[in-house]
Amino acid sequence: MSAPVDHLVIAPVLLPIAVGALMLLFNEKRRRLKAGLSVATTFALLAMAVALLLQAMVPAPDGDAPVIVYPLGNWPAPFGIVLVADRLSALMLVLNAVLGCATLLFALARWHKMGPRFHTLFLMQLAGLNGAFLTGDLFNLFVFFEVLLAASYALLLHGSGTVRVRASLHYIPINLVASSLFLVGVALIYGVTGTLNMADLARLIPAVPPQDRMLLETGAAVLGIAFLIKAGMWPLGFWLPTTYAAACAPIAAMFAILSKLGIYVVVRLFLLFFGEDAGASAGFGGDWLFYGGLATLTFGGIGALASQSMPRLAGYCVLVSSGTILTAVGTGNSAVISGALYYLVSSTLAAAAFFLLIEMIERGREAGADVLAVTMEVFGDPEEDVEDEDEVGVAIPGTIAVLGGAFVACTVLFAGLPPLSGFIAKFAMLSALVNEAGGVPPAHWVFIGLLMATGLASLIAMTRTGIRALWAPQESEIPSVRAVELGPVLVLIALCAALTVLGGPAMEYMEVTAQQLYWPQEYARDVLAGSAAPAATAPVPGAPVPVPAAPPAVPGGS
Amino acid sequence: MELVLAAGIGVLAASGVWLVLRPRTYQLIIGLALLSYAVNLFIFAMGRLRVDAAPILRPGEVGDPAAFADPLPQALVLTAIVIGFAMTALYLVVLLASRGLTGTDHVDGRDE
Repeated sequence: MSAPVDHLVIAPVLLPIAVGALMLLFNEKRRRLKAGLSVATTFALLAMAVALLLQAMVPAPDGDAPVIVYPLGNWPAPFGIVLVADRLSALMLVLNAVLGCATLLFALARWHKMGPRFHTLFLMQLAGLNGAFLTGDLFNLFVFFEVLLAASYALLLHGSGTVRVRASLHYIPINLVASSLFLVGVALIYGVTGTLNMADLARLIPAVPPQDRMLLETGAAVLGIAFLIKAGMWPLGFWLPTTYAAACAPIAAMFAILSKLGIYVVVRLFLLFFGEDAGASAGFGGDWLFYGGLATLTFGGIGALASQSMPRLAGYCVLVSSGTILTAVGTGNSAVISGALYYLVSSTLAAAAFFLLIEMIERGREAGADVLAVTMEVFGDPEEDVEDEDEVGVAIPGTIAVLGGAFVACTVLFAGLPPLSGFIAKFAMLSALVNEAGGVPPAHWVFIGLLMATGLASLIAMTRTGIRALWAPQESEIPSVRAVELGPVLVLIALCAALTVLGGPAMEYMEVTAQQLYWPQEYARDVLAGSAAPAATAPVPGAPVPVPAAPPAVPGGS
Repeated sequence: MELVLAAGIGVLAASGVWLVLRPRTYQLIIGLALLSYAVNLFIFAMGRLRVDAAPILRPGEVGDPAAFADPLPQALVLTAIVIGFAMTALYLVVLLASRGLTGTDHVDGRDE
């Protein structure tokens, strides 16, 4: 733990916090300096994340996927807090950094001027997300969650206005209550097992005595609800479309990964705590994830069809993707989960691109045009007859053509049509579902059907909106769009295309990741051993950390 | 003692939940505060209730862990209190902004 490269694990958390704090010292008017600093930081984050990803891809000496452990205070794992970078965290770090770069560049065109301290808050949110992806400790996870939530509260209000304040009035209490539930769950789990280290928990949970098992499972369920609120599982996700629609475009695009954080934690903890080795608790909560995910899929699909504005449509698309991944995790099949991980990356990129795109398209449109677009389908277009007037100039201006092309790409990604990565993601999940050993259970047929149906629903909803907004706009001006705004959207879509071209290596990465998630005992051993190594060289101070022995009585419990 | 603490947590949580579901922002913020008190007490209780037991060792002494209270939940509670307090303060600001912008203290920003 002396080589500088070993500290790479903590850098994605420290760097944005340090730079963010530094920027508080400068006057708000020095925008150029602040913008330069935060762009440099975000791209440095991307470089670090890619370096970590490459490290996580090199097989460990014993042939397993490596788990990089960073003991924060140089105390061995069950006592000290550790950061853990394995394949899944490295993947999420890269995804986060990519979204950060794209949305920051987009925001530099105009949005960062709309309110104070945008750059500091933005970097704090990145730091919180990175920390939450890296931590190997439940309470530390809570702290990072609060860091990113606090930043997200302020960022949601960025640009101000009644709509955003009204949305925050719901968003903040919901998350505060979720944080309370988080703490209750953490406390229950600590009360039963006496540890908060995730790896240690994975080791201890199979050995929890039967009389305490109910308390442990209650704690895990309460904890799960807190994350499912973030992920937007039905019926906990009604706040999501409204909030995402109210946030300004670059922030909404960043929020696309906030809901994925909830999913990340559910995936990680569910497989770590209640994997196949978990003894009597194995698979606890799997059915809830599966059926909850199905309900979310249905709700998201119907919501997408019913939504009358593009930002809400994007919000429902986020719900559809949450539902898909939750259901896939609930199946408990590692091949399905590797497909779901691929889908997670692809759908997050697509959702972010779509949020950015919407804002550019909406610039040229009058308020309420979306509502008109939907109602006109029902009541008929009163101006249908006067459309054949003589047209002067280019039939489709260049900007509209590019925006339209990007819109089509987003539609293809959400609907899961070839040739982009949405198709490969859905195909991977479907083929894993159909090829299950011992036949396909009826519930999985429902999942397959819903996966198809929601693809069709998003196709219909997006096409309808796209035709009205881009193909046949009445009296709308051509939006003025700058290259720095269009660039990030095109890059995000290009990344989805690259995921398609490199589909083989990408799927291989996801498969190994899913297998790593499936062997929690190996993860636990790596984390506990990996952090003990440096402590062996440095003598551990004499103060013991008391771990509560067999509890005499558990207050507040059964 | 267990009964008193359990009842206290229960009453705080119950009133907190009831207030959080009320339509006025003031009731909401008091409800959130009560809920966070309940949660903090609950975390504290998860370290087991001990009377007359210190959470830290004296310098230079190697003690028997069984004679000490569990220090970890106490540290967790401190963190949770600080974070909860900061979030409540932040929500107060939003509440005031909403009152100024919409002219009502209804959580939906309009009186039904």
